Amino acid sequence: MIGVSKNGTLDYAKLEKMLGDLVLQKEDHVNAPAFVIRPDAVEETLTLLKDEAGFDHLSCVTAQEYEDRFESIYHLRKYDSPQHELGIVVPSPKSNPWNQSASSVFRTADWHEREAYDLVGINYVGHPDLRRILLPDTWQGHPLSLDYDQNKPQIITLQEHENPLQHTLDDNTMFINIGPHHPATHGVLHLKTVLDGEHVVAVDPDIGYLHRCEEQMAQGLNYRYQIMPYPDRWDYASAGLLNEWAYARAAEDLGNLEVPEYAEILRTMGAELCRICAHFLAVGTFALDIYGDFTAIFMYAMRDREIVQSILEDLTGQRMMFNYFRLGGVVWDLPEPRNEFLSKIQTFLDAVPAGIQEYSDLMTSNEIFQLRCVDIGILSPDVARQYGVTGPVARGSGIDYDLRRDDPYGYYSNLDWDVVTEDGCDIYSRFLVRLGEVEQSAKIIQQCVSLLESWPEDDRIIQSNVPRTIKPPADAEIYRAVEAAKGELGIYIRSDGTQQPARFKIRSPCFSNLSTLSEMAEGGLVPDLIAALGSLDIVLGEVDR
Amino acid sequence: MTVDPRLNSRLREAFGSSPFILTKFDSFMDWVRGSSLFLLQFGIACCSIEMMHTFAVKHDLDRFGAGVPRASPRQADLMIVPGTIVSKFAPRMRRVYDQMPEPKFVVGMGSCTISGGPFHKGYNVVKGVEEILPVDIHVPGCPPRPEALVYGIVKLQERIISGQRSPVTVDPYELEKFGDLDTHELIEQLADQISENDLVMRYNWSDSP
Repeated sequence: MIGVSKNGTLDYAKLEKMLGDLVLQKEDHVNAPAFVIRPDAVEETLTLLKDEAGFDHLSCVTAQEYEDRFESIYHLRKYDSPQHELGIVVPSPKSNPWNQSASSVFRTADWHEREAYDLVGINYVGHPDLRRILLPDTWQGHPLSLDYDQNKPQIITLQEHENPLQHTLDDNTMFINIGPHHPATHGVLHLKTVLDGEHVVAVDPDIGYLHRCEEQMAQGLNYRYQIMPYPDRWDYASAGLLNEWAYARAAEDLGNLEVPEYAEILRTMGAELCRICAHFLAVGTFALDIYGDFTAIFMYAMRDREIVQSILEDLTGQRMMFNYFRLGGVVWDLPEPRNEFLSKIQTFLDAVPAGIQEYSDLMTSNEIFQLRCVDIGILSPDVARQYGVTGPVARGSGIDYDLRRDDPYGYYSNLDWDVVTEDGCDIYSRFLVRLGEVEQSAKIIQQCVSLLESWPEDDRIIQSNVPRTIKPPADAEIYRAVEAAKGELGIYIRSDGTQQPARFKIRSPCFSNLSTLSEMAEGGLVPDLIAALGSLDIVLGEVDR
Repeated sequence: MTVDPRLNSRLREAFGSSPFILTKFDSFMDWVRGSSLFLLQFGIACCSIEMMHTFAVKHDLDRFGAGVPRASPRQADLMIVPGTIVSKFAPRMRRVYDQMPEPKFVVGMGSCTISGGPFHKGYNVVKGVEEILPVDIHVPGCPPRPEALVYGIVKLQERIISGQRSPVTVDPYELEKFGDLDTHELIEQLADQISENDLVMRYNWSDSP
């Protein structure tokens, strides 16, 4: 493979040599170098990098406007070694912002470029379907461009579809809306579905019903204190600390801040409690989708979540919106009396194996459940990589990709745990992965608890010395990701030398995962569509941001 | 006629020999309405997670006679609005509200439904549910704890049982036909995209609080 030196690190000089004239200039981002290329060379460059140099994962596409130009950045990395990162920067003129689309090389670029077009206004030439994705079709202007006036009135339509029962098309298909208000869509998702009898011919997820301008919010707030409460509200299935970590990691690397070891343990423990909480919600709502009512499994999952939420509340002071991380550490130490708190966690951990067994008895070993899940909603590893799928969905397709191990952060590399993968590529495998991850998270928490119990009292440093105002150097750019509950949650920040980020881009795992829905559901039955959607475990707050 | 002794409560003893009670029809209906609310199963954002916890074990909203979520708006009489409302969703929410039969009640859950909450500066965020629907009870919090939501719903039940109705004090965005809108530069720009009979919602962001 070109560009990898013998000791396994990336050799950017060789990559540059391979690309030859395509590289106009080299930029240094904080996470990895980036090559600047011409707007009409996107396809060629990315194809070379993908086929010859093994960059098979397009993590994210960031678009932004400068005073003098527009820019798209393609953040590339490898599924097998995520620490091999490379940015491809595509500047384009202010008068006519355009560049070639990457969607023929990476399928995931389809949605990412639609979002970039929608919010920033860059025209992707050669894109198969360049229309707005988050905002309604009738929206005027591109809100993250510099000259956008948000006080302008807007008109949003509520167009009625024809009654499909009165009017059938010649080919006997029927159009049906699922959502945006529907119990099976896990929030406000709208699926435009075409059916042939009971079979799904085409499904087009229509998102943006919860687009709360998270990126605009973060761009108007300071690094030090103000941004941290917002990540809790991206993936709000009580996965708050995992999201906070994504921001903390990016901002700490950008501002060159250290985190004390003790704080890393607190972070790791809190984050894994959040992962358990988020996976319990996935289990409960998936049971809701499969069994169709508020049955025992949903109630059990809620009961178990209550226990975890109560632990997290003791730790952070809130049940869901924790705001517990600070840059350089956490806000406070364990609650006193420490032993009481730690034994509360211990009681919970002791009950986890029996709890997992209970879920297995009720679900995975249930014949009806298996009929609904095994060999349904197939997502092959190749297709998954094309769509930039990460998290339990990717691991259920046998892709061994977990940033906690592969791009280490926090205290994970000092602990003993495994990455759970399954090879079934179906709904059932994704579910097994989630149950397995609950067990692994419990294992991680157990080790953290032991460490905390024996940690010397005079060495409990919860936060390093962090300046009151944080101003990263102007034009510093970084893309950093963590393994959140749903997969790779990445943050791109560009600094302009002030206390606020000039561009704050969120790479949401749910966004990429949801784009595979049509691959999984088309050709199957309607109930399988619902099961497949449930198995993706999307949270609309994170899809739409 | 003898009554099954299991049905005899202390209340019945208190009534004595007469099995009849005397009340006004309206108060009786108000009592019935307040004591068996059917909720719309309706999630928007973060608050819907806490709303699920309110329905589920531990908090068990059904103890108060208000805990049966219905998936169809036509079977529901209480809509809890649990989350941030954005421009694309508001017309759909309005439609769901219109589909609920009268009498109907709305509880706004969380700061977003009061003012847009932490997102009130967003270009796409409706500044509170009252810009779209009349609201009976606001429950503040981000998100409110399940106990707070239970309190809000119980307060609503008290109001319903005592026959109080909230006046609509807002001038909400309405669904209008595109052809009926006042002329504006924006309307001309959109004229070839939207037909005259299509329903639209026009957001005048600069007038928002």
